[in-house]
Amino acid sequence: MTLHLEDIRKQFPVLFQKVNGKPLAYLDNAATTQKPKSVLEALTRYYEHDNANIHRGAHTLASRATEGFERTRAMVKDFIHSREVEEVIFTKGTTESINLIAATYGKKFIQPGDEILISTMEHHSNIVPWQILCEQNKALLKIIPIHPNGEIIWKEFEALLNSKTKIVSIVHASNALGTINPVKEIIQSAHKVGAKVVLDGAQSLAHLEVNVQDLDCDFLAFSAHKLYGPTGLGILYGKRELLESMPPYQGGGEMIKEVDFEKTTYNEIPYKFEAGTPNIADVIAFQKALEFIQSLGKENISRHENHLHDYAMEKLLGINGFLPVGTAPNKVSVLSFLIKNTHSFDVGMMLDAAGIAVRTGHHCTQPLMKSFGIEGTVRASFAVYNTIEEVDRLYESLVRIAKRKN
Amino acid sequence: MQEINQVQEEIISEFEILGDDKESTIYYIMELGDQLPPFPEEEKKDDNIIKGCQSKVWLVTKMEEDRIQFLADSNTEITKGLISLLIRVLSDRKAQEIIDADLYFIEKIGMGNIIGSQRSNGLAAMIKQMKLYALAYQSRIDV
Repeated sequence: MTLHLEDIRKQFPVLFQKVNGKPLAYLDNAATTQKPKSVLEALTRYYEHDNANIHRGAHTLASRATEGFERTRAMVKDFIHSREVEEVIFTKGTTESINLIAATYGKKFIQPGDEILISTMEHHSNIVPWQILCEQNKALLKIIPIHPNGEIIWKEFEALLNSKTKIVSIVHASNALGTINPVKEIIQSAHKVGAKVVLDGAQSLAHLEVNVQDLDCDFLAFSAHKLYGPTGLGILYGKRELLESMPPYQGGGEMIKEVDFEKTTYNEIPYKFEAGTPNIADVIAFQKALEFIQSLGKENISRHENHLHDYAMEKLLGINGFLPVGTAPNKVSVLSFLIKNTHSFDVGMMLDAAGIAVRTGHHCTQPLMKSFGIEGTVRASFAVYNTIEEVDRLYESLVRIAKRKN
Repeated sequence: MQEINQVQEEIISEFEILGDDKESTIYYIMELGDQLPPFPEEEKKDDNIIKGCQSKVWLVTKMEEDRIQFLADSNTEITKGLISLLIRVLSDRKAQEIIDADLYFIEKIGMGNIIGSQRSNGLAAMIKQMKLYALAYQSRIDV
């Protein structure tokens, strides 16, 4: 299937604007993607027609809202190919999903002396919750080192695995480098020593087909807003038996079966982990984002994005002073780089002045940046609506920027 | 020696020539940074860093007769450019002049739009630090 880029772009009103007098080239999709009209309309439609609190209401609007909310859960189940719909939990985002696992599964099952394994390229969201857990439960955080090209060192990973390893929490695709980790092999190896595996899918779900049953991951965390969906919505997938063994994360409405001052019994999964009124409107609108992705096909989306990435890499490598950061052969469409003798903030500022939106800085991966001996990078990241012309503009601006000090 | 306001007017007219083309403005500010006198490497220590800036900014002062000299550097060119503007206005002045200075050129040239809110906070932190130095010198003189 060939993608009709013009038709796709038309679905994203935000793209048609001038920034600093130049047409916007939005190349910060690893931070958040733009939202198609269908998502925006679904949000408005919900508030105009169906707004009600879910699950408890005895009226028509409440049942429409509840149906819509639960339909998204069923769609997410299909999207990640989970066995059961109850294995899909709605959270605020990837960060909350990981915190939830650490604060519930981790708090209950991690014993003093146990080890938790993460990699050098983790986002702070996949570092700090484990540090907190390790401090509370007197466990140890171990780090898988990486090669200079941004791939994990497999031998070191295997050497770190042992019977004390209880959790391996690893990023599927690195937000700062783009590296796609060999997660299926990681999961198999981790399972051999009895460790559970948490997959941080924040950057991968938009680009890669993820089948939780085939991967056999124990948990998967991701965010809707990096998938053309609304902000403030995340997903936590967990295997049923694990979710059932875990204590609740927060107390409140929705998560209870019966409350007594003496003792409260908790609801079944997934509701046990969804205390309080959830983000109903965004959950419902997320359906349209999933439909958008399905209508184009992930394979087609990633083919287009990879084409942009490879084209950009080839052109930018010709610039005197261009230094790519993260050159693993297997990458999503994230291009991290430095311009010699120019701070990444300055590069970002000059690109912004040219209407080109990129991310600069440490990308919430300070330990990774330190391992490269740098403070941060400039990151261009592509989505399905980006064009070759936008890459050309990035190239032309970078030529001008690089010339100043090289 | 020009008065503070004369220098401010000069800057305003320079930015007027640039118009509202943000690209030229940014490049121009960065070039201004290049013209700052070299900053001694040994002074690039944490004690001299201005807090509240996203970029690293080092600022030191010395008194020459009754005038305060500011010397500064930054790890980013845009910030270096911004501080060079402040130095142009405030350096080599008496403490009281610095304390009393109303830096209206910043708003007049639309700096907030050029550098955004985060960097504007950083710029405000730089000005505050420069005025604090002036106050410290002033109180020493008063004693």
